[in-house]
Amino acid sequence: MTGAPLPLASQPSGMRAWLLSPEPHSRWQARLGRFYLGWRAFSRNPLAVIGLGIVLLLILVAIFADVIAPYSPVAGGDLRTQRLLPPSEAYWFGTDDQARDIFSRVIHGSRITLFVVVLVALIAMPIGLLVGTVSGYLGGWVDTVLMRITDIFLAFPRLILALAFVAALGPGIENAIIAIAITSWPPYARIARAETLMIRNSDFIAAVKLQGASTPRIILGHVVPLCLSSLIVRVTLDMAGIILTAAGLGFLGLGAQPPMPEWGAMVATGRNYLIDQWWVAAMPGIAIFVVSLGFNLLGDGLRDVLDPKAAK
Amino acid sequence: MTKPLLDVEDLRVRFHLRTGTVEAVRGVSFQLGRERLGIVGESGSGKSQTGRAILGLTPPPGEVTAKRLAFDGIDLQTASKKTLRTLRGGRISMVMQDPKYSLNPVMTIGDQIIEAYRAHARARKAEARDRALAMLEAVKMRDPGRVFSLYPHEVSGGMGQRAMIAMMLVTDPDLLIADEPTSALDVTVSMEVLRILDELVSERGMGLIFISHDLKLVSSFCDRVLVMYAGRVVEELEAKNLREAQHPYTQGLMRCLPTLANDVRPLPTLNRDPAWAL
Amino acid sequence: MLDIQNLNVVFGTGRLRVEAVKNVSFHVEQGAAYGLVGESGSGKSTVLRAICGLAPITSGRVSVDGNAVTTPRGKAFYRTVQMVFQDPYASLHPRHTVDRTLSEPLAIHGEKDAEARILQALKEVGLGPSFRFRYPHQLSGGQRQRIAIARALILRPKVLLLDEPTSALDASVQAEILNLLDDLRRRLGLTYILVSHDLAVVAHLCERLLVMQHGEAVEETTAAALRSGAASNDYTQSLIQASQGFTRVAPQPAQAPAA
Repeated sequence: MTGAPLPLASQPSGMRAWLLSPEPHSRWQARLGRFYLGWRAFSRNPLAVIGLGIVLLLILVAIFADVIAPYSPVAGGDLRTQRLLPPSEAYWFGTDDQARDIFSRVIHGSRITLFVVVLVALIAMPIGLLVGTVSGYLGGWVDTVLMRITDIFLAFPRLILALAFVAALGPGIENAIIAIAITSWPPYARIARAETLMIRNSDFIAAVKLQGASTPRIILGHVVPLCLSSLIVRVTLDMAGIILTAAGLGFLGLGAQPPMPEWGAMVATGRNYLIDQWWVAAMPGIAIFVVSLGFNLLGDGLRDVLDPKAAK
Repeated sequence: MTKPLLDVEDLRVRFHLRTGTVEAVRGVSFQLGRERLGIVGESGSGKSQTGRAILGLTPPPGEVTAKRLAFDGIDLQTASKKTLRTLRGGRISMVMQDPKYSLNPVMTIGDQIIEAYRAHARARKAEARDRALAMLEAVKMRDPGRVFSLYPHEVSGGMGQRAMIAMMLVTDPDLLIADEPTSALDVTVSMEVLRILDELVSERGMGLIFISHDLKLVSSFCDRVLVMYAGRVVEELEAKNLREAQHPYTQGLMRCLPTLANDVRPLPTLNRDPAWAL
Repeated sequence: MLDIQNLNVVFGTGRLRVEAVKNVSFHVEQGAAYGLVGESGSGKSTVLRAICGLAPITSGRVSVDGNAVTTPRGKAFYRTVQMVFQDPYASLHPRHTVDRTLSEPLAIHGEKDAEARILQALKEVGLGPSFRFRYPHQLSGGQRQRIAIARALILRPKVLLLDEPTSALDASVQAEILNLLDDLRRRLGLTYILVSHDLAVVAHLCERLLVMQHGEAVEETTAAALRSGAASNDYTQSLIQASQGFTRVAPQPAQAPAA
């Protein structure tokens, strides 16, 4: 098939024209134009926009938790009169067995969730990216060694390995994060390596090699940016799993320790009252569900924009 | 005058995209008898889309309209899906540019030819097999029996393209559309493939539409040439009269090629007149 | 300027061993343009890649400007020798603007005055400053190839390796790029090694050329000899004939290309 510039029927105007200009006048205009095109593609997918909305809401709630939450998330009320109250005007999500307001706890729990998600992404993504691109670009024995290490990590079920790490390091939210991060980088390394293998033989890499660029320069400046988009998509889609793993560790008592308002731990305490006081477990459960869904929808939307090949 | 094999009038192919509607083919008309017709143009001229539209292979957001699009008296626009299916691959065939992408990689060449044949003719397996072998011989495969059981990746580009031609001609079509059939091949190989194509077309009295960017090749191979620019036919002429081309685009296309015979320096470039696209 | 003696390139070992280039020698004077002609698998591109270090030199000698090349090539080598690739769609980084593509070689070699040099490079290849911040997808094939040429020239090399620089382009665009290359060579005193399957393109740009087949040099000849049809070798002769277009076996005069 042949595809070449042909006369277009409609022409954009004003701000859009500036953004979509085929002749940008500065680096910034070029970058913004590119970003705008991506945003246009993204915003055509209503589910993705909902996902983005949920994630933004999570961030806002986490930032303004102190302002939003009506009660303290850790200090309970009167244990005789305010224990296990059903949702009401005073306690929107009801209270738990320690007479704490569940709504406030869920609000503050968003901080922990965001903390986990951001830290895992900050640890796992660079490791995966670096291992994958170096391994794919250099090939040979470096590739063999790095990929076998990756295989070893991949061979363990994630939750079990995380459990083992937490058991070794001791329970606590930081150790849970380290454990999750350590178990989640191998798939990223695989993706980055596969992308790198495709990129490494392309002419534009040969061209920059012929300009005398050093290997780190080629990997960081030319290979990594191309792997990044598919990795961001993958990480976003994995966020739900990370949240669930963190919640699972919390549920098992190996993650956040009481009285931290971690959603998984909250579900665990609610388990005892599931039949009569459903809200104790259900409210944090719903929060986990909504945030996981939000990240999944966002990831799907990002994939359509950043990685058109995989969209079909 | 006998009824033309293919009658195309005011063919248009439009693509409705987010950024607006792009018209890839804008009112192409021609008639084809049992002859070799070349369609020449640069990338984006709409030559490939013209060929695809005739076969109904326009990719999804595309929309095809025509005042008349008839093959052997059958209106292709109103014909039922079933009729179209029997025509496509049966009486009208298409050879694409690169055999690497148009042959099924997980089926042997022989099986693919048999399948193509049995899709359009009721034939027993043994009969289809004989036919496929005969076809491979017709495209001058040195060892048809061996090629028959090979997978596409095991043959060279030239052999793959010959296998493709065998597959497309096994149903004895009346019309063959060849879209850049040799541009992925080396020159000496492509001459061989063209020679085979030429023989088969003239032996069987087929109509051939030969789509290419190579003016020199088309004019030496075809009887008649349509020159396309920006979705329209700017000039139609007998191949042998190519040197008397009237349209400045055709003239420009011929002049801008470096040749062994003349050393022109600098090469005359093509000054595109916006009026050509109107 | 460039001297190649008994170059051999072998890929793989054992059963997968492929001798891509066998005993090829040639010599190119400063300011000359030398063509390598052949079909796919003839090893012509491999010779080019061996010169610049993208393919290994199994044995033989490659020297540039009187000095034998070292493996890996040093920065000085890349300031002397640059390459232009076949496919302008694959040779530009899809996420980099023209500006970034052109400033990269300057940054690698610590060159100052990037701003002026980029604008100068764009001007040399006949593109205005308005192209500076475009992405490759905002450029046509011919424009991309001009950017690739600008990138190769921005370090002011003496030798330009051209790997089928026009075969992915339309005929009219090919003419423009060929004119540009012709013009640049004269203006900047460059030495060209051109790889192409198209005899006419090679004859247009080069004075001397080497016909290759199956990794071996078949015949060294001149463009003038090619034009007069004086090829001693059968294979060269068949290439010349094929380049004239299709000829029916039935006696029909060979189509002389129109001028």
